[in-house]
Amino acid sequence: MARIGRIGWSWDPIQEMERLERDWSDFFSGSGRPSAVKYPPVNVFTGEDDVVITSEIPGVNPEDVDLTVTGDVLTLKGTRRQQELGQGQAWHRRERGYGDFYRTIQLPYNVDSSKVEANYSKGILRISLPRAEADKARKISVKTA
Amino acid sequence: MAEVEKSREVKKQEAGGGVATERTRTGRIYMPNVDISEDRDSLTLYADLPGAGDEDVSVTLENDVLTIEAKVSSVKVGDHRLSYAEYGVGDYFRAFTITEPIDRDRIEAKMKDGVLRIVLPKKEEAKPKQIKIQAG
Repeated sequence: MARIGRIGWSWDPIQEMERLERDWSDFFSGSGRPSAVKYPPVNVFTGEDDVVITSEIPGVNPEDVDLTVTGDVLTLKGTRRQQELGQGQAWHRRERGYGDFYRTIQLPYNVDSSKVEANYSKGILRISLPRAEADKARKISVKTA
Repeated sequence: MAEVEKSREVKKQEAGGGVATERTRTGRIYMPNVDISEDRDSLTLYADLPGAGDEDVSVTLENDVLTIEAKVSSVKVGDHRLSYAEYGVGDYFRAFTITEPIDRDRIEAKMKDGVLRIVLPKKEEAKPKQIKIQAG
């Protein structure tokens, strides 16, 4: 399992993919349990016609974050840069992780990728993902014969 | 520099036994992750406080205890339902004992993108001095 260590984090893409698949299948089967190792952590808010995802990624440059949406899958990719030490500086303590991150998130429905909006404020990334028109629920009236 | 609380995981942790007194605000309190560096002139502390703006954070240095607090209100997204959560939202608290004498008048604290940066300049007498060895 990919573990975020105290200094940076190690990452195995194959294991990560397997783990994500497992995590999200757990989530949608209702037995999901948030685990400590996913980065960045996300919260998912579901509405009738859109999904809003918030994620805690403090201290990144928004230009270092890359979002893509394909159908009903959101990919979140980016880099949290390491704080550079100046001349004569030494670390006492390092708890904040840094490095590359990559997550794929299965959304509950197809998204209109042209209407996706994202903003970054106070270290929180907020992504609004409107449901694709063709995918919206329709009420079907039952006719009597 | 000694610490009041211990942190082991990167997962957002709730502040534990280090909080000795009860607070007037209810709700969760998290312990921010920090990096601390030192050089000849100062200590620099970085703390991750996602969700906190500059007006939400307070930093105090009383005697030799540096306290970082931030108030963060929970987020509501329209009439949406929180259907899945990997992180909790709440206040932050953490305190450190600082053994170096600090020049209080020159402490600087700044918030940017959810990261607090505090520079604690050392007092002149606390800085290491090179002592010249004279040939005798």
